[in-house]
Amino acid sequence: MAEQLQNKAVQTTGHAWDGDLQEFNNPLPSWWLWAFYASVLFALVYWVLFPAWPIGSDYTKGLATATFKNDQGEEVTMGWNSRAAFIQEMQEGGDALKQKAYLQKVSAASYDEISRDPEMTAFAESLAKVVFADNCAACHGIGGTPPIVGLYPNLRDDDWLWGGTFGQIEHTISQGRIGFMPAFGKVLDTGQVDQLAHYVLGLSGHEVDPAKAKLGEVIFQGEEGGCHYCHTQSGKGLYSQGAANLTDAIWTVADVTGQNDLKDKVKLVSQVIDEGIQREMPGWSKRLSEIEIKLLTVYVHSLSGGE
Amino acid sequence: MKLTHESIEINAGLMVALVMLAITIGGLVEIVPLYYIEDTVEKVSGIRPYTPLEQRGRDIYIREGCVTCHSQMIRPFRDEDMRYGHYSLAAESKYDHPFLWGSKRTGPDLARVGGKYSNAWHTQHLNNPRDVVPESIMPAYPWLLKNELGYSDVADRMRALKMVGVPYSETDDEYVANVKQFGEEVANMLDINRAEENLVAQAQSQNYDGNRKRLTEMDALVAYLQVLGTMVDFSQYDEGYFATFR
Ligand code: HEC
Ligand code: HEC
Ligand code: HEC
Repeated sequence: MAEQLQNKAVQTTGHAWDGDLQEFNNPLPSWWLWAFYASVLFALVYWVLFPAWPIGSDYTKGLATATFKNDQGEEVTMGWNSRAAFIQEMQEGGDALKQKAYLQKVSAASYDEISRDPEMTAFAESLAKVVFADNCAACHGIGGTPPIVGLYPNLRDDDWLWGGTFGQIEHTISQGRIGFMPAFGKVLDTGQVDQLAHYVLGLSGHEVDPAKAKLGEVIFQGEEGGCHYCHTQSGKGLYSQGAANLTDAIWTVADVTGQNDLKDKVKLVSQVIDEGIQREMPGWSKRLSEIEIKLLTVYVHSLSGGE
Repeated sequence: MKLTHESIEINAGLMVALVMLAITIGGLVEIVPLYYIEDTVEKVSGIRPYTPLEQRGRDIYIREGCVTCHSQMIRPFRDEDMRYGHYSLAAESKYDHPFLWGSKRTGPDLARVGGKYSNAWHTQHLNNPRDVVPESIMPAYPWLLKNELGYSDVADRMRALKMVGVPYSETDDEYVANVKQFGEEVANMLDINRAEENLVAQAQSQNYDGNRKRLTEMDALVAYLQVLGTMVDFSQYDEGYFATFR
């Protein structure tokens, strides 16, 4: 080894340690050296093109530029910076251009036109799926089915609290909704709540105690309970109140279908009547753009067939 | 001693000192100009220091280490904008001590989570994330609902922040200056002398944790989460405006 190096006639630095320990002065590999020069050159070019040197309260802006349209539609060109480049990317970038034509078409079309055009529907759903996963899935579950019944409504069942037309869905998404039912535990006694629960379960075809249901009906339809104001006399519910349809087998707050025994079902429904309900669907008009809300409306409508 | 190649190389102490000097110069050259360059912090309205309740929530956020999984910094990239909303401004963290930009995203960025979900959702989610997001790997924080919020020291906490430049007010003059800068309603919330009553009043009126009878750590943390990223009304500004700052 030592001999080999000696043969190459490598120079030493001239330092000698402990008498005879010498330090070789191997030249840097040439690829390394050239890479170093290249990076120096790169820095010089960078300084010229991009914002680089501070000078007092200002700095060199560089020669590179970014161009975008401002809110008035006027073209603005300024020295390159990551924010201007970002706006340009949002307006002119590859992804933006790819979607631009479709987005314009969808935003100009009515909901009926979109739903009649399979291509536009497919486009809307593919984009909306992502927006839904980012914003809605935390409550409504991936794909619109939440993990447990009660906290958040299932968007895949064809049962609507606030209505399932395009217009109603759009209103729900952009403005949000407060699902509110008062707690009746304060005004009704446990016997009455039990009777109501029997009546309510009877509405959806459960085999309940007819005597109790009869008494429950009087409270439901009378002034004392006043349930009919929101749920209507037939119990089918009212979109304007977000009041649930009590006559079908779909439950959104009380997990009735999750119970086998009538006793447990009565208990759950009684609990809802006793404690009342307060659920909030946030409004999205400030967070999401008009077109995003439109795409979501098409998507949510398609999840269950809509109305 | 002359500073020659050899004298530095054989003197470890000197070498360390000079290396530190070189690194310090490198750092200063990058950082110091930011204090002098005029357009580093955007001029936007709406940004205010946290209310006492939000500030306590922020302390809990730090205590629980949420920052190890969540960043609070949306970068100006297309995919981030689509997912999280407008990129973060420097001005939006000007009252943050310490800032919680973070650098690790095991969970989503939280810089604009305010207003995205309901208070009820945050409470359910923090209590046990799997209740609402079955596939979540976020830890559960059930004690937040059980722990009473300690707030007897909230005024001191605000005083400490005041020392590092957050404009909480203690004297009448400071209060008047805050009224001028933030308006009366906000200025009242920034008054250290009223910190405790303000904290209780905010928790009572918003009822973040769904239980009006108790003032829990959940109230404070949810209050903090709900204000994140909501102070600036971006519809007031032309997009290009922010590109004139950096
Ligand atoms: C914080 C949780 C939460 C988030 C996030 C959320 N929702 Fe909701 N959503 C609810 C609740 C709660 C209701 C039921 C309101 C009620 O009880 O009347 C609801 C109701 C709805 C309804 C009406 C269902 C019906 O039967 O009429 C639609 C449609 C809907 N949400 C769509 C969305 C979309 C789209 C998003 C995403 C942009 C979204 N939601 C995000 C909580 C949420
Ligand atoms: C102020 C209007 C209002 C009144 C009055 C009212 N409800 Fe409701 N009810 C609602 C709303 C709104 C919902 C749905 C809440 C939601 O989805 O967030 C609901 C839901 C329910 C549910 C749960 C349905 C499900 O699918 O899980 C039951 C059961 C019920 N109501 C029974 C009653 C009974 C019995 C009464 C009378 C004692 C009554 N309600 C009075 C508004 C009302
Ligand atoms: C081990 C990493 C981890 C820690 C620590 C953690 N989280 Fe999370 N967080 C996640 C993950 C993963 C998600 C996404 C799944 C979900 O929604 O639960 C998430 C989601 C969230 C969301 C919903 C964000 C959105 O936009 O959907 C909020 C809010 C949140 N976390 C708050 C917190 C708070 C507050 C703390 C501290 C008390 C915390 N997290 C600690 C991993 C973490």
